[in-house]
Amino acid sequence: MIEKTGIPSKAQVKAEFPTPEELSRPKAVIECYKEIPCNPCETSCPFDAITVGEDINARPQIDFDACTGCGICVYSCPGLAIMVARLKNGEAEMKVPYEFTPLPEKGEIVNVVDRRGDVITEGRVLNVSKSAKQDRTALVHFAVDEKYLYDAISIEVSYGS
Amino acid sequence: MQKSEVVVVGAGPAGLTAAHELLKAGAEVTLIDRNASLGGQLIKQTHKFFGSEKQYAAHRGIDILERLTENLIPYERFHLLSETTVVGFYHDKVLTCLKDDRYFKLQADSVIFATGASEQSIPFENNDLPGVYAAGAVQTLMNEYGIKPGQRVLMVGSGNIGLIVSYQLMQAGVDVAAVLEASERIGGYLVHASKLRRLGVEIRTNMSIKSAIGEAHVEAAEAWRLDEDWQGIEGSEERYDVDTICIAVGLSPLTELLEQAGAEVEYISELGGNVPVLKDYETTIEGVYACGDLANIEEASSAMVEGRIAGIRAAQALDYTVENAEMRLKALDDELVDLRSGPPGDNVRRGLKKMEGLT
Repeated sequence: MIEKTGIPSKAQVKAEFPTPEELSRPKAVIECYKEIPCNPCETSCPFDAITVGEDINARPQIDFDACTGCGICVYSCPGLAIMVARLKNGEAEMKVPYEFTPLPEKGEIVNVVDRRGDVITEGRVLNVSKSAKQDRTALVHFAVDEKYLYDAISIEVSYGS
Repeated sequence: MQKSEVVVVGAGPAGLTAAHELLKAGAEVTLIDRNASLGGQLIKQTHKFFGSEKQYAAHRGIDILERLTENLIPYERFHLLSETTVVGFYHDKVLTCLKDDRYFKLQADSVIFATGASEQSIPFENNDLPGVYAAGAVQTLMNEYGIKPGQRVLMVGSGNIGLIVSYQLMQAGVDVAAVLEASERIGGYLVHASKLRRLGVEIRTNMSIKSAIGEAHVEAAEAWRLDEDWQGIEGSEERYDVDTICIAVGLSPLTELLEQAGAEVEYISELGGNVPVLKDYETTIEGVYACGDLANIEEASSAMVEGRIAGIRAAQALDYTVENAEMRLKALDDELVDLRSGPPGDNVRRGLKKMEGLT
């Protein structure tokens, strides 16, 4: 259970995802399972798609109709708890926050990990963005087989070795 | 004797905002810190902060520090005494300071203490072996001086500090063998725990450290399971091959200077142990204030807000006019209520209730 391990259950993860139909377009998936005093996801969203509300301890709620999957909340979240997901041509494409060096290269084949940190498959890096406004939180955009939609969460750190 | 209308002791998040409010109101402020660089713990906070925009959420601690410091520079009545340690404080608001091996005295009309907290340790076999560090020391080595404490670390404590320092160790290329947590649940924010876990770092609840192993330096650590009375269970020992053990088991407010002058101190466990008795941030000595981790152990976001309130209160007591004082104090109080209203604020809310009962 997440309070003991830091790993959310599959049911908890799935409950935060939009439907596969909605995922034909990129959508933010927020994994903020416990109330903490924090609301940059809400204030950073240019489309008012995320609501925390007056009590900044409330868990964020997302309106998938309003979300465009732009990724601004992904690097604004201090807890690195948001990614953008999309289903396309049999693949799950994910945009995740990444704060390690070296950054992967576009086109590179990387190991993809699940929420335990175990390598589950290989992924293809579609893009890496690191603009000044991201404030040193890079976004790594990668694709894996769509069967890993609810499992893939990040890429394995390489430390250049 | 040297004089300064106001002295602020400690240039962390609370001290910096308190000094800013006093300077804005027109007071003369001498800010004293024992370190060469300002910011207290902020200087090593490389992660993005929680909270709301009002407390600079989503900005990194190191960058917030820059903003808070820049706020003070334009004021002519601002004096900075860095690398200066306050070693004595007396009821007539005289401070004894130590700088460059020289002692000198400073007389103030009003003093704000924002001395923060010190790290707690826990008893275990060989806990004085080189390679056993407090988490804050590891953060200083890594983030301030660019030095890795070792190659492989066992972290003891899963509060926000233990989780954040573990993540920063991984960022620096240091392996974290595991995070031990004595209680049955992770202490810090679950988002911190999850981002560590997806790096493959296991967080082990109901576990603590039994001993450090090694001759001249840590070569391994022995962990064991705890029973419901937090006693180690014989036979449950597990060995971790690490060269560093990092202790992150909590903080204790630094009340010594206030106690020396006779300010009342009370033990309130929810606020972090011995804390000064406060009413509107004023201690039981008139004109002497306390804020930040010294008043109650919390996040830096709350410390910044408390510093502002203490600064405004102190300025008013010195008969300075603070623009829109009532409105600003109300807004700052509301910020604290917001920051504390959720489950992570349960302890502080309970502790502050106890404090209200005392004054």
